[in-house]
Amino acid sequence: MARAATTADAFNAVAEPRRRQILDVLASGERPVNELVLQLGLAQPLVSKHLRVLREVGAVEVRGDGRRRFYRLNGEALKPIHDWVRTYEQTWSERFEQMDVVLDELKEQEEGR
Amino acid sequence: MTVTGSRKATVTLPSDRQILITREFDAPRELVWKAWTTPELVRRWWHANRGEMTVCEIDLRVGGKWRYAMQADGFGEVGFHGEYREIEPFERLVSTEAYEGIPDADAHAAVDTLTLTEVDGRTSMTVLVEHPTKEGRDMHIESGMEDGMQDAMNLLEGVAAELR
Repeated sequence: MARAATTADAFNAVAEPRRRQILDVLASGERPVNELVLQLGLAQPLVSKHLRVLREVGAVEVRGDGRRRFYRLNGEALKPIHDWVRTYEQTWSERFEQMDVVLDELKEQEEGR
Repeated sequence: MTVTGSRKATVTLPSDRQILITREFDAPRELVWKAWTTPELVRRWWHANRGEMTVCEIDLRVGGKWRYAMQADGFGEVGFHGEYREIEPFERLVSTEAYEGIPDADAHAAVDTLTLTEVDGRTSMTVLVEHPTKEGRDMHIESGMEDGMQDAMNLLEGVAAELR
């Protein structure tokens, strides 16, 4: 799967700590912008800027308009990250399982001394 | 050998540019260290069943170089190299790690820190991978996404841990 090396992907969108904070808050449910601003303790323009980035990659969805805009998490857009971690973890698990075999042999050698 | 407890590797994302891999081994840390730093032994596990390891060079001294390469099934040769920076036998190993599949690999090299802690003959291992640049991370993740083979030294940022 080819991915653009720009900021317009899920990996980059969640690279910013504040954006991860926003996602954390939205993980527990839909929120209007003003509530997000309050909960995060950030200036509204900054929150809006981060929300825009998250929207661009589809990590959040919005409904309503103006001050009555509600944001919610779209887990599907973050799936590439989720999948990536799972595959990465799988590679290491298989690597370590091979290492267990090696270690068992080393232990037997030690005991045989 | 009996296997007790979970032997699954755990991957977490402590910060933007870090990946932390943890795993417990039913062996004293001297042996884990030996398996990690002896070329003949590394050749037996590093491939992760994804191909055959073709190069395994380890010059285990501060400033010494290392290079691993494998012929990955359905992908071709992938190589990594780096330099040892700190060596505390059986406890801690700090090295750089460059993925040869990206341009200007050394400029984007990650720093890997291996730590081994032993309790009652069992060893907890942590491998912390830290990428210095966003570019290096991006290129590495991208290459990983494309070839479908996730290499040891990819870097990830994100919220996946929280998404479980």
